Amino acid sequence: MSSSSSAMSDLFFTSDLACERDFRVLYSSLNFSVKAGDLWHIKGRNGAGKTTLLRQLAGLHSVDTGQVLYPNEATKVIYVGHKLGLKEQLTAEENLSWLAGLNGFSTKLQRYAALEQVGLSGYEENAVEQLSAGQKRRVALARLHLCKAEVWLLDEPFTSLDQQGIVDEQDWLNQHTLAGGAVIMTSHQDISLPQVKVLDLSLYAGSSLGDLSREGGSST
Amino acid sequence: MTQSIWRMPRWFHQMGSPKWFYDFGGSLQPWFAIAAFALLTWGMVWGLAFAPADYQQGNSFRIMYVHVPAALLSQSVFLGMAVAGAVGIIWKIKVAFMVARSCIAIGATFTAIALLTGAIWGKPTWGAYWVWDARLTSTLVLLFLYAGVMALNQAITDRQIAGKATAILAIVGTINIPIIKYSVEWWNTLHQSSSFTLTAKPSMPADMYLPLLLTVLGSYCVFVLVILIRTRAQILQTQSGANWLMQHRDITGA
Amino acid sequence: MIGFMLTIIRRDLLLVARQPAEMINPLVFFVLVIAMFPLGISPEASILSQVAAGVIWVAAMLATLLSLELLFKLDHDDGSLEQLLLAPYPSWCLVLSKVFVHWLVSGLPLILISPFIAMMLFLPDHAIPTLMLSLLLGTPTLSLLGAIGAALVTGVRGGGMLLTLLILPLYVPVIIFGASSVAAAAQGMPVDGYMALLAAMLVFALMITPWAAGSALKL
Repeated sequence: MSSSSSAMSDLFFTSDLACERDFRVLYSSLNFSVKAGDLWHIKGRNGAGKTTLLRQLAGLHSVDTGQVLYPNEATKVIYVGHKLGLKEQLTAEENLSWLAGLNGFSTKLQRYAALEQVGLSGYEENAVEQLSAGQKRRVALARLHLCKAEVWLLDEPFTSLDQQGIVDEQDWLNQHTLAGGAVIMTSHQDISLPQVKVLDLSLYAGSSLGDLSREGGSST
Repeated sequence: MTQSIWRMPRWFHQMGSPKWFYDFGGSLQPWFAIAAFALLTWGMVWGLAFAPADYQQGNSFRIMYVHVPAALLSQSVFLGMAVAGAVGIIWKIKVAFMVARSCIAIGATFTAIALLTGAIWGKPTWGAYWVWDARLTSTLVLLFLYAGVMALNQAITDRQIAGKATAILAIVGTINIPIIKYSVEWWNTLHQSSSFTLTAKPSMPADMYLPLLLTVLGSYCVFVLVILIRTRAQILQTQSGANWLMQHRDITGA
Repeated sequence: MIGFMLTIIRRDLLLVARQPAEMINPLVFFVLVIAMFPLGISPEASILSQVAAGVIWVAAMLATLLSLELLFKLDHDDGSLEQLLLAPYPSWCLVLSKVFVHWLVSGLPLILISPFIAMMLFLPDHAIPTLMLSLLLGTPTLSLLGAIGAALVTGVRGGGMLLTLLILPLYVPVIIFGASSVAAAAQGMPVDGYMALLAAMLVFALMITPWAAGSALKL
């Protein structure tokens, strides 16, 4: 875990990040930095705050204590959460179109190519509601190939994928990190890649309630 | 993250600490209790028993000593709730959200009292308990606004999110209150002109408005007192287990 | 930024095209509510023409509120709201785009059908242009203010009733000036002042909604 002094080479880092929900501390004093080529596997028991941490890193969950800093503002981040963010009534290709349109521009050809990469050739014009759970997950993951982003934040990305899908996805993660990207993911599955680093949230579990509240801990 | 646009003064930062608020609020509490009791008793006895009867309305005007403070407070509390909420949002102070939350019930109560006493006052004045008078109507809308804030605050289970959501609604409501008042007044130009303001020279004799001033001040003290009690109760609830609280003399009894 | 807003607008319009009921339901609701009044009060032209302005405005308010409930909720439930918020653009762009589509789909049809409704309620013919103009200025305000409530109740279960509680008090000025303008026009009085006030309220709603709804979505 490097400190913020090496900030320039980091894609992003956290400083004293904490999270409390309903005044219960999930984790605190979390300092970690993510560099190009990193693959972080966040572990912890249910309710440890894995999803919340990913959402804080993405900027979806408010950060009340500590900071999440991206030194380069142009760093692109893709977040694929529990909810896939797909519109059931739209086709796979249409969904990719609007999702990619949020960050820039994509051609139909590129979208077809991305769907082919996730093994969905022939399903491009099917409404997402007609696809299986695993296929929906693949549509959502197709964004990883379509939008070139440095940082991938993936919440349980193997959910409902078949055996081959899990192997394929580990291959994508591998290629992305080798190409200088970074991945931060949660999973109950072990990842069989050499570069994987583990962040165990239980090490940062809140010691005492209320210690986060501004001067709460410093009573004399 | 746009955090340090408005730097927070040090004392302000300190006020955001639950421990500080608990202790400081605790030391203020008895003084406000005494002041509220004294001012209300003095004002009420003077107003109800000794002030001269109104030459037009007779003794029925005396309900004003309850009605006017309640009506003033109903609006002040809403404003206070919005200010506390804004402080909470801008400087991320949790205690401010607790203060805003404490405002809801007391504000709604004052509004209900204002409506009720207004209706009772209306019977001898207009001959009916309810008329669609501009001020009664906008007070009714204010009660609806409180109801909305209360409903939102209870519907959201996560207390921190509830605090922020309530604050946003309170701010939006506060910005809207003048517009609502203006539109309702415009809609019904048949309203009584305001007979009491703290700045303008009152049109009533001193024997009538001085007791009113006392009950108004007393009511503000009641408001502060209730906020202190309720906010400190929320601090106890949410901080239970915190180190500073477990070592506190209120807990250890030392 | 324009591209971002156009992406949202195109997506939401595509969704409505796939499910046209979303557009038709508020309209049917609007007509249905209005049809209840002659049944409940009296079919007498002299009575109906007096209450017509208020009835149309109240029905428009309720139709707007009912359709607003899902403004952000569907996006929240399927996760696409997260993706919209993650885009590197301020959240007010998102709010304004969504409100624009909402108004196009539920507000504009009300305006277009209002002349027929006005005839059903025996509103004098010369008041109909005022009715349409006041709705044209007023319904976007209803959509905008309502969006604040819709954003606040996004994650709350059973938010429909709650949304109504939060937002109806804020609609008071709009209904007062909207309905009064139509009533004034029916009596042959000038309505410029009302229109100016309705326009002012639209500007006001355009100023507070993007901030309020945007920050409510990010909670």
